[in-house]
Amino acid sequence: MAEPMGFYTDTTVCIGCKACEVACKEWNQLPSTNGGENTLSGDSYDNTRKLDGIHWRHVKFIEQFTEDRKDGRWLLMSDVCKHCVHAACLEVCPTGAITRTEFDTVVIQSDACNGCRDCISACPFGVIDINPVSGIAQKCTLCYDRLQVGMEPACSKACPTESIQFGTINELKGRAEKRVEQLQQGGEKRAYLYGADEKMLGGLNSFYLLVDKPEVYGLPPDPKMPTRNLKPASMFSLLGAVLVGLIGIFNFRDRGAPARKEEAQP
Amino acid sequence: MNGVPSSTFFSAPPDWGWLIALYFFFGGLAGGCYFLASLIDLFGRSEDRPLSHLGYYIAFPCIAIGGLLLTVDLGRPERFWHMLIESNTYRPMFKYWSPMSIGSWAVMIFGIFAFVSFLGALADSERIPWAAWRKVHPPSLLGRCIAVIGGIFGFYVAGYTGVLLAVTNRPIWSDTPLLGMLFIVSAASTSAALMILLAKKSRWTMPGILDLHRMDAWVIALEFIVLIALMISLGPVFRAWLSAWGLLLLIGVIGVGMLVPLALSWRTQWLGDWNMKTTAVLILLGGFLLRLVIVFSAQGV
Repeated sequence: MAEPMGFYTDTTVCIGCKACEVACKEWNQLPSTNGGENTLSGDSYDNTRKLDGIHWRHVKFIEQFTEDRKDGRWLLMSDVCKHCVHAACLEVCPTGAITRTEFDTVVIQSDACNGCRDCISACPFGVIDINPVSGIAQKCTLCYDRLQVGMEPACSKACPTESIQFGTINELKGRAEKRVEQLQQGGEKRAYLYGADEKMLGGLNSFYLLVDKPEVYGLPPDPKMPTRNLKPASMFSLLGAVLVGLIGIFNFRDRGAPARKEEAQP
Repeated sequence: MNGVPSSTFFSAPPDWGWLIALYFFFGGLAGGCYFLASLIDLFGRSEDRPLSHLGYYIAFPCIAIGGLLLTVDLGRPERFWHMLIESNTYRPMFKYWSPMSIGSWAVMIFGIFAFVSFLGALADSERIPWAAWRKVHPPSLLGRCIAVIGGIFGFYVAGYTGVLLAVTNRPIWSDTPLLGMLFIVSAASTSAALMILLAKKSRWTMPGILDLHRMDAWVIALEFIVLIALMISLGPVFRAWLSAWGLLLLIGVIGVGMLVPLALSWRTQWLGDWNMKTTAVLILLGGFLLRLVIVFSAQGV
C-alpha cells in the first residue's frame, strides 16, 4: 500500500476564486449546470450551495460582519469529502461499492453502486448525494485516476494560493502544524486544525486549518460513526420482540376457552 | 453548538420518501402478521386456525409489495441484486454490521418462508388441492419449525428498519436507540389490528379474535410507553419535532392511534358492535402515520 495521501486546506489563504470547483468539474466531467436551473442562491457569492452528486468541491462564503457593517471578515473554505480513516459511508454501504484505495482514500465504484442512499444518511459531513445523471451516489474520489498515474488531484493543482495542498498525510500534518504556530505567533490565536488527529473518525485525510468554531463553517464539532447505535438499537429491538412475544403467548395460551367462546358470539 | 443540538444536524437527507414509508408499513405488517400467525399455530386453539391462515395470507403479499417498493426506490433498480451478490466478484455480499445488508438478506429469506407458509395455509384450508403442502403447516413438526424460524425472521424484518435508521447520522433517527423497538411493537399492533379487521369483515367468531383484541390493547400500551421513552431519549434533539410533523405525531399517532384505541378497549360498550373494528382502523392509521412522521420529519431538519 502506498503512503496515505490527502488534502490539507488552509482556509486563511482561500480567496474564493472557485478554481478548485471548476477544475474538479472539468476533470471529472461533471455537469456545469444544475439540471439547467441557473438560479442565484442569494447567499453571498455561493451559488454552488452544497456538496452533492455533481458538486464534489464547494467553496463556502461565510460573512461575519457587525450590524453597522463597519467591521467584519470573510471566512472562505473549499469543502470536499474528508476521506475519513474510519469512513461512515464505507461502513454502511450494503453493496460493497464504497472501497478504500491503496492511497487510504475512499472511493465509490460507479459500476457497483445501486443508489440505495444509505451512505448519504451515514456521512456526518453531508458530502455524498445522488448524481441525477447516473442515478448513483457520487462524491470526490481524490482524483483516484490521476493518483494512479502519479498526478496531483485537479483541485489542488488549480488552487492559485495553495489553500488546498496535496501530499502524504504525514508531510501535510507537519506543514499544517507549522502554519498554525505561525498564525498564533502573528496574533491569530483562533487558528487550529480540524480533523488532523486520530480523535476525529481515526483522522480525516482531508483536514482543515480553521479560525472559528467548526459549526461556523458548517462542519460537525463531534462527528461520529453510525454503528455506535448498532448494538443498543439491536438490544432494544430484541427486548421489544421478547415483550411482544410474551404478551402474545400470555393472550393466546389456551385457557378459559369455553368462556371466551361465548363472549365472542355476536 | 451555534444553536444546533447535535452533530447529526450536519448530515444530508437521503431523500427516502413515500416508497420507503410504505415499505416500513407493509414490511411491518408482513413480519407482524407472520409472527402472530405462527404464535396462534404454536400456542392457540385448533378453532383459531383460520386466523393463523389469515396471517400467512397477509404476510406474503405484503413482503412481496415491500420488496418491490424497495427495488423501485433504488437509483438503479436493475442493480437490486448488488445487495446480495458482490457485482465485481459474484461472491455473496454480506456485512453483519450494516443493517441494510443484513436486512436485504432477511427480506429475501423471510420472503421464501412467507411464500412457503402462504401455500401451506392455502393447502391446509383446502383452497388448493395440493395435500402435500399441508406438511409445511403446523401441527406437523416441519410446519412448526417453519413457523418458528419464519416468525423470527418476520420480527427481524419488522424491526431492522428502525435499527437501520439508527445506524445513520441523521437527526432524530440516530439520536435514539429505540426506533427498532418502536417499529417491532408497532408492527405487532398494526398486524393484530389488520387481522381483527379482516376476520370481522368475514364475520368470523372464533375466540382468537378476542385474544387478538385483548393482546392489541396491551401492545398499544407498550407502544405508547416506548414512544414516550423515545421522545425523552432524544434530549435536546426533541425540538426538531416542534413542527407540523410533531403535531401529526401528537394528534395522529399518540391521540388517534394510541389513546383513543386504548380508551375503546377499556370501555368496550362505547361503540357497541363497532368497537373492535373502529379500534383496529385507528391503530392501523396510527401505525401508518408513525412511519410517515419518522421517515419525513428527520429529513426535513
